[in-house]
Amino acid sequence: MRPLEESEIQQVFEKLFKFVGKNLKNIVDRADQPHCFRLHKKRVYYVREDIMKRATNISRDQLVSLGVCVGKFTHSDKFRLMIGALELLAAHAKHKMWVKPTSEMSFLYGNHLLKSGLGRITENTPANQGVVIFSMSDVPLGFGVAAKSTQDCRKLDPSAIVAFHQADVGEYLRAEDDMVQGKKE
Amino acid sequence: MEGDDSEEDSDEDEDDDDEDDDDDDDDDEDDDESLEGIENKSPKDAKDLFSDEDEEDEEDEFAELGDDSDEDDDGPLEQDFSGDEKEDARRKREAEDAAAEQVLNIEDEDVYELSGDEDDPDAPPDLQHVQARIQEVVRVLQDFKSRREPGRSRGEYVERLVADLATYYGYNTFLIQYFLDTFSVAETMELLEANETQRPVTLRTNTLKCRRRELAASLINRGVNLDPIGKWSKVGLLVYDSRVPIGATPEYMAGHYMLQSASSFLPCMALAPQDGERVLDVAAAPGGKTTYLAALMRNTGMIFANEFQKKRLSSLVANLQRMGCTNATVCNYDGRQLPKVLGHVDRVLLDAPCSGTGVIAKDSSVKVSKSEADINKCAHLQKELLVAAIDCCDANSKTGGYVVYSTCSITVEENEAVLDYILKKRDVKLVPTGLEFGRPGFTSYRGKNFHPSVEKSRRFYPHVHNMDGFFVAKIKKLSNKLGPAGAEDGAAANGFGKATGDRSDSEEGYEQVSGSDDEGGEGGYGYGVGVGVDDEVPEKKPAGKKKNARARMLEELKAELEAEKKAKEEKRGKEKEKKEKPAKEKKAKAKK
Repeated sequence: MRPLEESEIQQVFEKLFKFVGKNLKNIVDRADQPHCFRLHKKRVYYVREDIMKRATNISRDQLVSLGVCVGKFTHSDKFRLMIGALELLAAHAKHKMWVKPTSEMSFLYGNHLLKSGLGRITENTPANQGVVIFSMSDVPLGFGVAAKSTQDCRKLDPSAIVAFHQADVGEYLRAEDDMVQGKKE
Repeated sequence: MEGDDSEEDSDEDEDDDDEDDDDDDDDDEDDDESLEGIENKSPKDAKDLFSDEDEEDEEDEFAELGDDSDEDDDGPLEQDFSGDEKEDARRKREAEDAAAEQVLNIEDEDVYELSGDEDDPDAPPDLQHVQARIQEVVRVLQDFKSRREPGRSRGEYVERLVADLATYYGYNTFLIQYFLDTFSVAETMELLEANETQRPVTLRTNTLKCRRRELAASLINRGVNLDPIGKWSKVGLLVYDSRVPIGATPEYMAGHYMLQSASSFLPCMALAPQDGERVLDVAAAPGGKTTYLAALMRNTGMIFANEFQKKRLSSLVANLQRMGCTNATVCNYDGRQLPKVLGHVDRVLLDAPCSGTGVIAKDSSVKVSKSEADINKCAHLQKELLVAAIDCCDANSKTGGYVVYSTCSITVEENEAVLDYILKKRDVKLVPTGLEFGRPGFTSYRGKNFHPSVEKSRRFYPHVHNMDGFFVAKIKKLSNKLGPAGAEDGAAANGFGKATGDRSDSEEGYEQVSGSDDEGGEGGYGYGVGVGVDDEVPEKKPAGKKKNARARMLEELKAELEAEKKAKEEKRGKEKEKKEKPAKEKKAKAKK
């Protein structure tokens, strides 16, 4: 476990910024309790500082995870957000999409979000913007990238993709082995 | 037949008990297959029940709901999960009635003859025949004096019964014998029957993400038929049937609930962690109890979730993340090493690995795979783990200082005997678990007498409470001594307890700490040794000396090297001369 280096911080923040915009400031400097980012076995954790300090007791080999796993660095050292970041993103998201109950399951099995399943969308969402995807009852289900802007979405035909899938809560079941480093690889 | 008689009796009795309830006509048929009786209830009814309510108080609502549902079902929850006394009284009356009826019915019958009823050892057993014989033998054993065949001892009957039960239910004889030693014959039969049926599916609402009423409403919308689990839990739901896989609904994936057996609620409720405390879960995977602890603490404080088995780590981490538990740190230690790693925490939950004799319904391989040696092996490990768990706990904690010990086993060796051991080993006392039901722990068992306070622990049985066989005990740590109460304890003063405390408080760079941890790990599995101190403090003090020594050594080395260099140069110089000489000579020769 170690603090992130400058270049790594930049990569992480860039990804988060796509979803939360200027709210990133609220994530980094939390008013209630100080939180920090830590890197451990190529995974980035967002964790309360007092927990982080206590976790230093645990040796590197034996430490498995702490706090919230935001994402991981791939083999090619690119940063990728993981499903653990969902709550963080959902709390601060700028742009949201809501899925109709009929296509909830389709999205939760890792498919892209189609126009036919789109229940609502935040006004003025530009194309290629990170969006957090909710069910109609406001339960965060995952996140992705908007394929089209809000305006364009109106004109799309039902089978067109409106959001590219990045992560969904179904991964807790599907990709359980991916939650811990070294299991899948 | 005997068994049927008594069952019917029990039905009638329960009817009597339910007098305060509404008149339940179909109660009698439903009683044994209570779940089926409730399955008939259409989800729509249930939905109406839920949607009708819109008061603020969840508990009230469910209390009412329970009453409503009693009209079309028999409310097995209340019976099954409710207090023990009622249950005991019922059983007693039941037994009396059964006895009375037997007297009426079979007074004139012949005594049952044990002889001449032997199976051909090579032939496959005729199960019907075996069952009939079991019932006969059970009947004889209930009133041995008048029903036995003259000249036959009780031992012979019991031996016959053990062999037959083992054949009929597919157990090894050790377990059957064990059950018969622990329970009465009638209760053993009930237990064996209960082990043949699955316990109801239960789930726990994740209060970090939603409320039970909301969850119930959304699940009912998906075609799940459910009810609150009972008055003792505000977060549990009991699932009767479902049109969708209950482990793959969007609500499940979003972490609104956890599929969790009713028994595993109990240790968390007994531990009752407070906001802002540090809590350790020694054997955490797959995280049902850990996430419950996090929910009880509302994500404040911190939880160390330890799991020794690497392959179970991913499910633990996945569940913690899914349930939105942000205050947990997952680590992968042998539980026995934990005291020297973590230092002191406020509360410890030890759900010890066990032989699993309480969850035979879930895992029927236990029936044949466990022997006395296995149980003793488990008990040994449990004692070691409990010692470690107690050493992790801080007796001086303002709010805590509690350890909860639980197993999913119903053997005495793994439960009461372990508690008895720890009471002798450490300065601790048992305190009431705070659970409303469950039977008290045994204070004596087959000639062994345990500490009388062991009674404060609680036992849960499949046939009584309709949940997995389970054991829960709550221990209060009285002092941080490393020995029993009253014992002079030098080790505690300069040793381990303090050392770990110091260690966890020290705010050093993690690299340094983790480095020394590694060394500790190599030190082996021993606990209760002052490894923490030995590792760190002495290393620091002689650091200066070490440096000096190293410097001196370096200087010496340098000097040696220089000396060698000089020697080499001289050699080289000579060699050059030598080489040059012959070369010159050659040249000279060539010139000549």
